Amino acid sequence: MVNIIVELSKYLIIILIIMYTYLCFAIFGYHDAERKQALLRRQNTFMFLFHLTAFLVLYLEKDDIRIAGLYLAQVLLFILTIFLYTKLYPRVSRLVVNNMCMLLCVGLVMLTRLDYGTAMKQFVFAAAGIALSLVVPVIIRRVKGLSRLKLLYAGAGMVSLAVVAVLGQVSYGARLGFSIGGVSIQPSELVKIIFVFFVAASLKESTQFKHVVITTVVAALHVLILVISTDLGAALIIFVVYLVMLYVATRQPLYMLAGLGAGSLASVAGYYLFGHVRTRVNVWRDPFATYDSGGYQVAQSLFAIGTGSWFGMGLCQGSPESIPVRDSDFIFSAIAEELGLVFALCLILIFVSCYIMFLNIAMQLHDQFYKLVALGLGTCYIFQVFLNIGGVIKFIPSTGVTLPLISYGGSSMLSTLIMFAIIQGLYILREDEEESIERRKKEQQKLRAQKRRRPAQEAAGKSVHDPAGEKRAQSAGKERKKEKAGSKQRVR
Amino acid sequence: MREKKEKKRKREVNKEFARVTYAFVALFLVLMCYIGYFNVVKSADIIRSPYNPRLDSMADRVVRGTILDSEGNVLAQTETAQDGTEYRSYPYGSLFAHVVGYVGQGNAGLESTENFELLTSNAFFLEKLRNEFQDRKNQGDTVVTTLDTGLQQAASSALGDHKGAVVILEPSTGKIRAMVSKPDFDPNTVSQNWENLSSDPQSSLLNRALQGQYAPGSTFKIVTALEYMREHGDYGNYTYTCDGSISAGGVTIPCAGGQVHGTENLAESFAYSCNSSFCNIGLSLDLSSYRDTAGDLLFNKSLPGRDVSAAKSSFLLDGNASESDRMMTAMGQGQTQTSPYHMALLVSAIANGGNLMRPYLVEQVTNYAGAVVREVSPESYGNLMTSGEAAQLKEYMQDVTSYGTGSVFAGAGYSMAGKTGTAEYADGDSSRNHSWFVGFSNTDNPELAVCVIVEQSDGGLRAVDVAKEVMDSYYYNQ
Repeated sequence: MVNIIVELSKYLIIILIIMYTYLCFAIFGYHDAERKQALLRRQNTFMFLFHLTAFLVLYLEKDDIRIAGLYLAQVLLFILTIFLYTKLYPRVSRLVVNNMCMLLCVGLVMLTRLDYGTAMKQFVFAAAGIALSLVVPVIIRRVKGLSRLKLLYAGAGMVSLAVVAVLGQVSYGARLGFSIGGVSIQPSELVKIIFVFFVAASLKESTQFKHVVITTVVAALHVLILVISTDLGAALIIFVVYLVMLYVATRQPLYMLAGLGAGSLASVAGYYLFGHVRTRVNVWRDPFATYDSGGYQVAQSLFAIGTGSWFGMGLCQGSPESIPVRDSDFIFSAIAEELGLVFALCLILIFVSCYIMFLNIAMQLHDQFYKLVALGLGTCYIFQVFLNIGGVIKFIPSTGVTLPLISYGGSSMLSTLIMFAIIQGLYILREDEEESIERRKKEQQKLRAQKRRRPAQEAAGKSVHDPAGEKRAQSAGKERKKEKAGSKQRVR
Repeated sequence: MREKKEKKRKREVNKEFARVTYAFVALFLVLMCYIGYFNVVKSADIIRSPYNPRLDSMADRVVRGTILDSEGNVLAQTETAQDGTEYRSYPYGSLFAHVVGYVGQGNAGLESTENFELLTSNAFFLEKLRNEFQDRKNQGDTVVTTLDTGLQQAASSALGDHKGAVVILEPSTGKIRAMVSKPDFDPNTVSQNWENLSSDPQSSLLNRALQGQYAPGSTFKIVTALEYMREHGDYGNYTYTCDGSISAGGVTIPCAGGQVHGTENLAESFAYSCNSSFCNIGLSLDLSSYRDTAGDLLFNKSLPGRDVSAAKSSFLLDGNASESDRMMTAMGQGQTQTSPYHMALLVSAIANGGNLMRPYLVEQVTNYAGAVVREVSPESYGNLMTSGEAAQLKEYMQDVTSYGTGSVFAGAGYSMAGKTGTAEYADGDSSRNHSWFVGFSNTDNPELAVCVIVEQSDGGLRAVDVAKEVMDSYYYNQ
């Protein structure tokens, strides 16, 4: 009987995520604010239904009362997150908040299925991360001069990377971080954010050739340190993020082409220089021939995805235990195996929907520094998703990066939540701007209306004098000036 | 008006942002298409890998399916003991031990390669639903093989107690009709006898047909002759006078049995399997071209074949080879190693006008009630040689059976083309040898390609006699 429930829940879960994903994109087609709100609330309903169905199955299969407790705690976390974000920052992009919760939710479901202890820890990371991220928009809004700390960003980024390169611990053949009191910290996760700030600050300052060369040298140093400490995934992300930011800031496709050329040459050189690069490429070519020398990770991942096929085996019906690093780098395979490829494809679309929203925000901002920050962080996030999923499905060589918000891991979770919060902060800035523009427009309209009215009044009774009206017009003009000055301050 | 302008300006400013967005969306669309392609096209082969541990857990919900021969005889099936436990039974005992394989102790043979099919149930869905409710297992699918039990029995009894292997293919389709390896074992009792079997000095678990590596002996003269033909357009004018042995580089190589073949052309050298003549040819060959021809004939390459995994054959002659190495290689000794399966593919291609059909063992997968789930149709692997070359080699091979070393087939009542071989396995002791035969029957419209090896025949049972017995039984006892 439990089998039947599991089998039915499988299809229910797929239907729910399809409807959720559909709304992610359908929302772009509506302009009516109320209608939008309704759709976004409906998205939440689908998410909570998915969450409930999944945990019901997990509880039935595992028969562990703690799972019910964890479920309730998670529901509380999501409700609080949605409530706090929308109450504290009414201008926040609700779609991004929804997607953030949905991705966390999928990750927590899969981790609970894999191991209760890991899920519990991940839940704590998520709760702490969200609490911290709630402060970020305030900082973005209040702290001015973020664009002038270029040197600080460059220094902090490179020093922390260099420290890891020299002292870090080796895990899965890569030197990624430290362990302090049982909690491992991966500075490269946070360095990505600092790096984006550095590039945005530097390119905002100037995009002249000489300046671009200096910026490129600093970026190349970041990449080099990461390659030496064998963190290929982070190196690639930083490389691509830099190219994209450089292209957008300079509007020169030529830089992009030159960068891609240099990147290809560097990859070939890397292939011959570094054994760990060669291993990854050989595994990618044929994970079965290299099964015993590293290919088993990708091979097991492909077995999982292939066995799951379109509709998956159902929660707790597959054997994701056989996938190495299933809770982190290869969690996508575990999801595909049990929830199916239809679900997994929807998940990809949710990631993409977030990215489109991020770039949308970047386009609507006015300040070049903030525009570049939104672009850089967004690209950082989406390219990491690409590297992760492309790697586990053997589309590209596996680079050992996490799947943002889904993979287990405190550093990854925290840095992604901060990225999301920064972009949300920028979105609020934009809304502030929009509002002041709106207000200005209204004032102008009022003025124009008054002007039109005055000759009419004069025509009606030339003797009538209205000093109050004159005063109003004057004060409105003053306000307009003030507003202009204010908005200047805020935007710049 | 102004708003429009504003919008236009904004679009101009954000041109690059939009392009980046499109680029990443496109990248993900490609990724998603690849995932779909992977699932539809590639995953079926991948998940059947024996490395996939998921297959074992499928057995908890599915009763392992049946394996049949091409006529519907049961080669392997799951039965339930009185105490309710399932066990695998093999009605023909040791007859199909290697090719069908066994379960437990790590699966082997078809039980391994078809594991996924056997553990997948394509039973009618209402029935599956009913089983689900009653908490009963579903019945796994049936694998219908290309094997012919009559041929398998004939091959096995012709080999008798000798170590060796027989492979029989249908050249026009690539169907594997029989595959015997001796010594064999009883798959019904593999688990009970595991300790003895796995440490057996005779390596009876080894499928010699696919995994055995032997010097090809004179059967390799097919390759040498082809290379000579390719290098010399006038190969029809080749003559050589054999005085019973040939010497070069300080080594003397005699003809088998001390025979003196006298003056002979290429056809006669081939038919009599004259070592001296072929060593003479070997000394004249261009080694890199020789190596290429061997490569065309699948040496040093993964051998094609669905549902089978055969060892790679090796041809190691290179530019630094001594005269003695060249002579040895030309006549099939030296460092060249091959499997019976490979030699069967080679003659199968000759029989089929140079074109090799990709060999296969599984003809059909049906659900347990017989409804077809998947059908395999013959497909070409490619040309190993031109049709002209194939026709010429066929002629040479017909000479072998009409007046040469394979003349036991003369007057057999069916036509046969072939090549015999003896491969020494103890250095320098010509009396200790493996006996080879490769050939195909019904030469006008080739029916069966066969390869036989008798290990340590040492002048006793000859492979050509084994092949004769199998063919006789096929053509007269049907």
